[in-house]
Amino acid sequence: MSFTRKDLLGIEELSAGEIQSLLVAAVSFKEIIERNVKKVPTLRGKTIINLFLEPSTRTRISFELAGKYLSADVINISAGGSSVSKGESLLDTAKTLEAMKADYLVVRTPFAGAPLYLAKMVKSAVINAGDGAHEHPTQALLDLFTIQEKFQQIRSLKVAIIGDISHSRVARSNIWGLLKLGAEVTLIAPPTLLPIDIEKMGVKVRFKIDDELKKADLVYVLRLQRERQRGGLLPGLREYARLYGINSSRISKKAMVMHPGPLNQGIEIDDELAYGPRSLVTDQVTNGLAVRMAVLYLLVGKK
Amino acid sequence: MATKKMLAMDSSEIKRALRRIASEIIEKNNGTNELAIVGMVTKGVFLGNRLVKEINCLEDVAIPMGVLDTTLYRDDVNSKNFRPRVEQTEINFDINGKKIILVDDVIYTGRTVRAALDALMDFGRPQCIQLAVMIDRGHRELPISADYLGKLIETRKDEQVLVAVKEIEKEDMVYIVKDKKKSVKDGK
Amino acid sequence: MNLLIKNGDLVNPGKPKLNGKLDLLVKQGKIAKIGENLKAGKGCQVIDATRQYVFPGLVDLHVHLREPGHEYKEDIASGTKAAARGGFTTINCMPNTEPPIDNRSVVEFVREVAKASGVIRVVTTACITKGRAGKELVEMADLYEAGVRTLSDDGDMVEDAHLMRRALEYAGMFPLTIISHAEVAGLSRGGDMNEGFVSTKLGLKGIPAAAEEIAVARDIRLAELAKARLHLAHLSTTGSIELLRTAQKRGLPITGEVTPHHFTLTDEETVGYDTSTKVNPPLRERQDVLACVRGIEDGTISCIATDHAPHAGFEKEREYSRAPFGISGLETAVSLAFTELHLKHKIPLATIIAALTINPARILALDIGTLAENGPASLTIFDPNLKWRVEPSAFLSKGKSTPFAGRELTGRVSSTIYNGRLVYQFD
Repeated sequence: MSFTRKDLLGIEELSAGEIQSLLVAAVSFKEIIERNVKKVPTLRGKTIINLFLEPSTRTRISFELAGKYLSADVINISAGGSSVSKGESLLDTAKTLEAMKADYLVVRTPFAGAPLYLAKMVKSAVINAGDGAHEHPTQALLDLFTIQEKFQQIRSLKVAIIGDISHSRVARSNIWGLLKLGAEVTLIAPPTLLPIDIEKMGVKVRFKIDDELKKADLVYVLRLQRERQRGGLLPGLREYARLYGINSSRISKKAMVMHPGPLNQGIEIDDELAYGPRSLVTDQVTNGLAVRMAVLYLLVGKK
Repeated sequence: MATKKMLAMDSSEIKRALRRIASEIIEKNNGTNELAIVGMVTKGVFLGNRLVKEINCLEDVAIPMGVLDTTLYRDDVNSKNFRPRVEQTEINFDINGKKIILVDDVIYTGRTVRAALDALMDFGRPQCIQLAVMIDRGHRELPISADYLGKLIETRKDEQVLVAVKEIEKEDMVYIVKDKKKSVKDGK
Repeated sequence: MNLLIKNGDLVNPGKPKLNGKLDLLVKQGKIAKIGENLKAGKGCQVIDATRQYVFPGLVDLHVHLREPGHEYKEDIASGTKAAARGGFTTINCMPNTEPPIDNRSVVEFVREVAKASGVIRVVTTACITKGRAGKELVEMADLYEAGVRTLSDDGDMVEDAHLMRRALEYAGMFPLTIISHAEVAGLSRGGDMNEGFVSTKLGLKGIPAAAEEIAVARDIRLAELAKARLHLAHLSTTGSIELLRTAQKRGLPITGEVTPHHFTLTDEETVGYDTSTKVNPPLRERQDVLACVRGIEDGTISCIATDHAPHAGFEKEREYSRAPFGISGLETAVSLAFTELHLKHKIPLATIIAALTINPARILALDIGTLAENGPASLTIFDPNLKWRVEPSAFLSKGKSTPFAGRELTGRVSSTIYNGRLVYQFD
């Protein structure tokens, strides 16, 4: 069990063993973030560039803190102020960043596949922090970590993922990760929010909330982008909330709930559940730090 | 096997050394007040546990014991010594004002102890830190020395010192291990 | 200059008796004689074509030459050189230039530039609608007089079904053949690749097969209503080819083409997000590739066209969703047809060469694509034994993007002769 890659681009390409070694490492880092002095000198003298070409606060802050807790120097480049938004090509960006000799490049982009392109172009370790509707591997790792922490074991766990699967990189990464670690995954969404042939990944698909949801040990609620009702994907948010909104009466009494945040309260999940004792939402945020520290640590010096 | 093992300490020698170190600790610190032991992953943890027991036999007090992994404090994180596994650090007591006895099996260059000192400082401000090791094999690269020592053994750099413990190797022994191929290369 | 091509194996569609081991004597740009054991006269250059095939000069029905307007992607000089390297002696360029080829003066401009800087023959398709805007018909009579024989808004479909009907009806009287770019924009908009399991995995927006098939069905029905000829460009799906097959069975004068990339590659190529796999219509699935092959085999698809659509390197070196559709196809087409269709799928060479010569020539209403005495000496010599690896940097086209980079192909053009002149020779 080890992790010897240069980059972390997606969960699809990882083996179950690689995922487990990342999760095991994260346990030690979680201990560090619970200390009074949340800082170790491990990555002293290393530079992390957070290249965020799409608005994101949570993931960026999480990577920034993870880097700082490991004593790395962290620089943020975001879409608004960068030349990238002024039409600079990805190739140019890659060459410039390469010349800066950053050790890590954390990339968030609206374009699926862009981190892979950068990884081929630069020597830095590239970490995909979300690319279009493709993957968001560190989100899946922190979710898997949270699930393992709560349920001890992922094998045979019944997980329902509900919401906009089509546009969700979180869903894709989690489906790969959960299946690789042996969970049983059911997707619940209207046909308009399910990408074609998704069942070929090895998941069950349901269009409506039914007994499958009641059987789930864990209900993973996805964020609904409010603009989805344009483009004919949904008649409206009200109908969505009525058909797919999660509250405690719709799920098993023992089930836990997760959400990648930020929440649309009252649409995809009700407040009481989202902030109640069965919610793992805040654990997800804390574990995100531990997992990202583990990822940074395990990619160090892989050239 | 291409290696040669030479016995350096047997189990009774180890036991006697631990007992002696335990009493030296009590003597030097005027008892067990504010005393705590922190064992360094991996072998230092087992030796630390034994010291806790020995002190308990002598003074009838249970002093707190912690576990410290220095991986994240090492100065060679980039090199081929990179350790992908990070063990858990567990120090479940407040180290502020404590007299910490840091325990490891072997002291060599001193770099691991340096890392351990940094790590301990991140947990708080102990009254003092003292170092107990079973073997000092020389070749120090930093100005660090042990306060309590089992045995001083002169070694060559191409040799290794193995402190075997019952919990892992099923026996308490100290060996000097020599790679035979290397010896041949050296003209022996 | 006189030229004798000796010992070649002639594959000559349309002239069943002039096939097999025959020599060709070329004088003053024309074929003076085809026969056995011809002798070279004084000062006659001899090309030894032993163990090689001799084809009529290849005809490509569907090429984007980018001039005028986008000369940084390709121009007529570079595009025709690339075509000659690919064995083509006549290429038909699509009118989505800047300005678009929607009136006589642009047609004449292209012809003049081709005469001055092109190494082979260039003919043009003109737009169906002014400015390719899908609103008003072009002046067809004027274009016909200027030599245009085909019309297309290629790149976009004529969305207004009524306008398409009138275009088909009106074009029929000259006659001009309408070439349909079959793509319902409402279904394909924003899409990057075929819609299927691969697009789902990659998180890229898909273009469903239905976007093409609905358009194909509409245009077949409109052509029938208008009693017009119709040619369907770059078909890519099982359903489209089946619709064409059914229409032909009903006796409708409708033809279709496929590209080498559609009869060779599937959407699995897109894994890795290499933008050289981004083409429109997109690479489809295994069964669609096989449908393209079957279509060529049974004659439903009568033409192989490259849809050569070159772009500058910096345009393709981008995120997949931001890169333009299109690849450089001229310099790999005939080798792909030989390797994939003939060697792998065992389609007779005569069928393949007809789809690259006489069949597209007929759609262009050109009396070319076959070799005969006193006919023009445009021909392609092809070495079927040569194995080579596709090296984009060696392309003569300005567009270097190809999904076949590094692929080993069997058979390669060794010489291209246009009107008696050697315009390409492999060395």
